[in-house]
Amino acid sequence: MRQPVIWLCEKLGLTLAISAGLVACGGDDNAQRLQITGSSTIAPLLVELAKSYEQEHPNTRIDVQTGGSARGIADSRQGLADIGMVSRDLKSQEQDLIAHPLARDGIAMILHKNNSVSELTEQQIVSIYTGETKSWSELGPGDGMISVVSKAEGRSTLELFLSYFKLKSSDIKAHSIIGDNEQAIKTVLANPRAIAYVSIGTAEYSVEQGVSIRLLANETVEASTENVANRSFPLSRTLNLVTLNKPTGLAADFIAFAQSPAAYPLIERQYFVPL
Amino acid sequence: MAVAGLALLIFVFLVYESWPLLSKVEISRFFNDAGWHPTEQEFNLLPMIVGTLLTAIGALIIAAPLSIASAIFCQFYAPPIIAKLYTSIIELLSGIPSVVFGLWGLVVLVPIVASWEGPGTSLLAGILVLSIMILPTGALLAGTALGKIPSSWREGAAALGLSRWAMVKSIALPTAKSGLLNALILQTGRAIGETMAVLMVCGNIVAIPDSLFAPVRTLSANIALEMAYAMGDHRAALYVSGLVLLSLVAALLMFSRPMREVSYRV
Amino acid sequence: MYRVVVSYMNSLAIKGVPRTSADNMARIILSLSILCVVAVFVWLTSDVLLSGWQGLSVNFLTGSTIDSGRAGGIAPILVSTLAVVGICLSVALPLGLAVAVWLSEFSVTERGLTVAVWLRRLIHLLAGVPSIVIGLFGYVFFCQIMGLGYSLLAGGLSLACMILPLLISTMEDSFRSTPMNIRQAAAALAISEVGFITKVLIPLSAPALSAATILSLGRALAETAVLLFTSGYVTRMPDSISDPGRVLSVHIFDLSMNVTGGDQNAYSSALVLLFLLFILNSLSKVILARVKIKL
Repeated sequence: MRQPVIWLCEKLGLTLAISAGLVACGGDDNAQRLQITGSSTIAPLLVELAKSYEQEHPNTRIDVQTGGSARGIADSRQGLADIGMVSRDLKSQEQDLIAHPLARDGIAMILHKNNSVSELTEQQIVSIYTGETKSWSELGPGDGMISVVSKAEGRSTLELFLSYFKLKSSDIKAHSIIGDNEQAIKTVLANPRAIAYVSIGTAEYSVEQGVSIRLLANETVEASTENVANRSFPLSRTLNLVTLNKPTGLAADFIAFAQSPAAYPLIERQYFVPL
Repeated sequence: MAVAGLALLIFVFLVYESWPLLSKVEISRFFNDAGWHPTEQEFNLLPMIVGTLLTAIGALIIAAPLSIASAIFCQFYAPPIIAKLYTSIIELLSGIPSVVFGLWGLVVLVPIVASWEGPGTSLLAGILVLSIMILPTGALLAGTALGKIPSSWREGAAALGLSRWAMVKSIALPTAKSGLLNALILQTGRAIGETMAVLMVCGNIVAIPDSLFAPVRTLSANIALEMAYAMGDHRAALYVSGLVLLSLVAALLMFSRPMREVSYRV
Repeated sequence: MYRVVVSYMNSLAIKGVPRTSADNMARIILSLSILCVVAVFVWLTSDVLLSGWQGLSVNFLTGSTIDSGRAGGIAPILVSTLAVVGICLSVALPLGLAVAVWLSEFSVTERGLTVAVWLRRLIHLLAGVPSIVIGLFGYVFFCQIMGLGYSLLAGGLSLACMILPLLISTMEDSFRSTPMNIRQAAAALAISEVGFITKVLIPLSAPALSAATILSLGRALAETAVLLFTSGYVTRMPDSISDPGRVLSVHIFDLSMNVTGGDQNAYSSALVLLFLLFILNSLSKVILARVKIKL
């Protein structure tokens, strides 16, 4: 079996050589390790926090993985992760875990810039999302069917939205269901007749970048990270790090770092609000 | 035999994870509940099954003929330079991540569909994006299948005075039938299993669509969308939908079996 | 305009082969289809090209990721991607080849045939499993049960699960369609079974093998969901194959869907991925051409 084997070996050898050549051999086994898994909303922030911490404390390795808030909770319980990331408050059946608040994040309604409607009352929002109000003409100038955008079941943003407006998941009559914040923004951009709710930080950043969306105020309170910080904006949630037991050693140190003022600039870079 | 073991393992995995729910709830509820609201104990999978089938079949209707057409063109009609160029283009297309397709669909296609009607994120957008995604696979595989026709047969056809098209129709296509069907099956598999791109452009509403412009949700997009944040029964329900997906594929394979019973040694 | 069309149609003709109206119709329809496909391709890639070009620079290719990927480069990610793809191919190609050969050459006994039929069905079934299910399965099986944790190795193995059906089906089909007269000639020359496989079957099927490999490469580079759950999210340069690492497709996903302001780099990364695919494809073809010449 010579020629095909040679062909195969050449091919594989080439790819392996490229990767092996670029990858140093052996790992640093003396490093203290920390495994963090959970919400994909918080993950980018934790990656930055971890990197910053590793630079200050050589010989540490902090691995951040995503998988959702549910994964964060499950993995902390089973010991697969040292710390979990959860983008909401812990529920009553999750009180076996300890929450370490990290930052706050608000949720605001967004519309396309071309939409002439400039404000909506809570009543109107509820009637839009339950499908009672179907057309933009019922709310002011402008026409066309309202395209309601909502988040997928189980997501913390959805749960916050539901509990604030006192709705059940089955009450919502949406036309589009999305997963992550950016998808909501892109969906609204694609359809000027759409309405959606996103994290305030995400929306603010996009508006600054010139993206054609507009944030709606909540009754009288402007939707901005400032107002989330001073607690005047009502629709907001806490982003948490959770552990199964009281954290010790590296975990405790890292959590303390994440909650300290040194972490504030990093939190703000991700458009969340430090506590 | 590792391969067989693998497929079986995956099946076992799905069953194991869905068991907590399957043992609690009768099968009919997965088809008759009021809707899909797992956090409220409602588990109707039917609209999503319909969504999966409609997007896949729609995409196949567009992509399969186009794949075979490109393969025929490349193998039999095109000057060699064009064939090579075209093949390279298709190969590149096959490597574009589903995320990029989804992103492009959301940013470019959906506004176009939205300007025609409705929310934009719809069955139509899904079908269009999915057909572009499965086209390269089908085209490349069909091309390979057609390329295996011995040149002596092609020359023989010319010697008999058959026109190019007659040769293609009566000799090339029937001979390559098994290869073409293989391409079709793999395309179908990809169409049913595609997750990311569909997630971004289909709207993800759990309802049987009443028009091409209505949003749909497919089973795989559903798993991707909700798995990250699902706990307990919700999680098990998602694994059940995974099992249903596998059964769908199995059913489609069984229906196509009569067409595939070609004799295996030419 | 008319003359351009006529000369195009004439250029597709072969001397001595008659042209019927059905033939002309076929040419027109086929050429139109090709144009459609090329148009879509140009549309798509020009979007990616135009948006992504600005972000490209030497630093982008060699620097490490800063600020969740909005700044800095993608070097660790490129390395992770190459490693994962390398592992995937080195597992899947030999395994796929072996199974394909077995299916087409050795399954002739009664029992062998039944096993083969069922195996083939299972393989087609595997082809339809959604990428996310394989990702979840990979996480439980490779990362937890086999204790690999989030690692490039787990990612490569899960990816191999994804591309095996493609490889096996294509290779087997190609082996099977080796014309009978070649098989008979081999038998007449009293070539051994192994000799036949290695010196005749496989080289003859080289185009199909190449197509299958390239398709698998494309698929491997494009997979997101599988690798998100198995090789991980970490943007650090991996030290070994048991380390986690983010691959290019996951990076593109994160930047465009999860990180605010990541769009520019998402497009640039997509552009890099296309280049990478192009390079790997060309490499495969070069190696294949050398194999054919050796014949």
